[in-house]
Amino acid sequence: MDDARIAKRGLSPRLWLAGGWLLLALLAAIFAPLVAPQDPLAQDLMLERLPPFWLDGAEPGYWLGTDSLGRDLLSRLIFGGRIAFIVAFAAAIAACLVGSTLGLIAGYFGGWADRTISRIVDIWMAFPPVLFAILLVAVLGTGLSSVILAIAIIDWTRFCRVIRAEAMGQSRMDYVENARIAGYGRVGIMLREVLPNVVPSIVALLSLEMGIAVIVEAILSFVNLSISTDDPTWGGIIAEGRLSIHQAWWVLVFPLITLILTVLSFSQFGEALKARFDPVLR
Amino acid sequence: MLLQRFLIRLMTMLITLFGVAVVVFVVIRVAPGDPIAMMLPPGATDDDIARLRALYGLDKTIVQQFFIWLSGVVRGDFGTSISLRQDVLGLVFNRLPATLELAIVALVMAVLLGGTMAILGARERGTAVEAGIDIASGAALSIPDFLWGLVLILLFGVLVPIFDISGRVSPQLDLPFVTQFYFFESLLRLRFDLTWDLLKHMLMPAVALALPLAAIISQLLKQSLKEVLDLDYVVLARVKGFSETQVILREALKNAALPTLTLVGVQFTFLIGGTVIVERLFSYEGLGNMAIDAVINRDLPLIQGIVLVFALLFVLINLAVDMMYALLNPKLRHG
Repeated sequence: MDDARIAKRGLSPRLWLAGGWLLLALLAAIFAPLVAPQDPLAQDLMLERLPPFWLDGAEPGYWLGTDSLGRDLLSRLIFGGRIAFIVAFAAAIAACLVGSTLGLIAGYFGGWADRTISRIVDIWMAFPPVLFAILLVAVLGTGLSSVILAIAIIDWTRFCRVIRAEAMGQSRMDYVENARIAGYGRVGIMLREVLPNVVPSIVALLSLEMGIAVIVEAILSFVNLSISTDDPTWGGIIAEGRLSIHQAWWVLVFPLITLILTVLSFSQFGEALKARFDPVLR
Repeated sequence: MLLQRFLIRLMTMLITLFGVAVVVFVVIRVAPGDPIAMMLPPGATDDDIARLRALYGLDKTIVQQFFIWLSGVVRGDFGTSISLRQDVLGLVFNRLPATLELAIVALVMAVLLGGTMAILGARERGTAVEAGIDIASGAALSIPDFLWGLVLILLFGVLVPIFDISGRVSPQLDLPFVTQFYFFESLLRLRFDLTWDLLKHMLMPAVALALPLAAIISQLLKQSLKEVLDLDYVVLARVKGFSETQVILREALKNAALPTLTLVGVQFTFLIGGTVIVERLFSYEGLGNMAIDAVINRDLPLIQGIVLVFALLFVLINLAVDMMYALLNPKLRHG
């Protein structure tokens, strides 16, 4: 019996764990000036490469230790979360709007609109995405808006491909035909009948894309092409950690754990949401 | 039928490549910042700048520049790298083998690992083993290659330092190679000491690239296998007294592999795309690492050349997979 109920019960803890971590990280980022124990930019060469709190030589107040310039790692991670979440939300929403719109048009209208859009997607898919992102940021100039724009320019195809296929399937269904016989216009049918049925996929993709955007931002700041080097970013901290890996492993370990938890949470959250929305599974 | 399909695919492939060339060219030409100004010493006069601009063809209109560049590309002339002052095609061909070796080793690892997990999961379906495999492949899939690379650096470069975490080969070694395919050539020359050194450098970046793909193969192939295992001919094989492993390997795998094959083709291009950052992470001297340097140095001809070569590789892989699919799929073969 009830596979669906078992599936749903199985999903709940995932949803709570993933959502819990994201909420915690988001709140810490929003209230960073209140939560962070130290100034994330304050350098103190007397405090360089302090280990995390459970090891010998740790200083109280520097819970996760310090980097090679004596900056507090925990505070840098908390402030780095601000950039990560801004990029995640802005870039994913921008990519979603562009990609879903084009996917919906291509899938529902078909014909030359579909051929044109699909050809552009093919061209986009022939670019190595990371190289494309690095190239775009180099061209647009470093900075928050460039990073967001670059990710949106590259990743809209993820939405476009999936939504196109779904819209194509939906437009062959009886209810769409009925709506047409009832005299609704094509754009009206697309927005009122087809769109609501592809929303679950859009929501799941959106959550997944936020995780991807966090990674791309980390990669860009890892190669020093994200925002200005003064502001702490997760990728920037990782780049420092990679350099001082034999002297201070914690500078790499903690941002890595943070990134993995965030990416896993976004993807799990997306899947759980999709299962909730999916009428078949529900 | 097959030929027609091939020709249509070839045409779309050329259109895609032309599109890529246009996009790259436009993106780079709208870039602020003058690459010529960066090449010259601070005391250069306007005349010097103008002369150098003319030398690189930068004084013509953007459309003229595009077609001059494109006609060169078609003839195999990708221009001269601004930062390295060498022929772009030569630079690219010098680095491409390193990237291809890495990608192929990663692909083989992904197929072996993913295939083993799929077969094991299908044989032990409905047990804790299958559940474990599902969790492992779920995690491997959700974490991207960049993060796997960092995890591996920490585990096997620092915690248990058994592998090298940077470079392609130990610098003090004497290399007898005539090609840039060091790894494959070391195998052919039976120089297994060099193979081992290369492998020690290559293993971690390859695993980082392989894990997400292995997870996808494991999930999809397991699903296909489970579907096939309920079919009559498989049941018949079981009745004949074959063990479950024999049934999977001899009967089911053949028919379950086709959907996976198509997916592996597309995913292989993603894997090659991943080499860009993974090579950077491990200071591996491949094409991707050079590409990042080229972007940072604003070396326009080199970036164009590298992106085009990547794009060519991607469409060729897709073409090959499409043709392989058509050849192997009986419905298409006789359709």
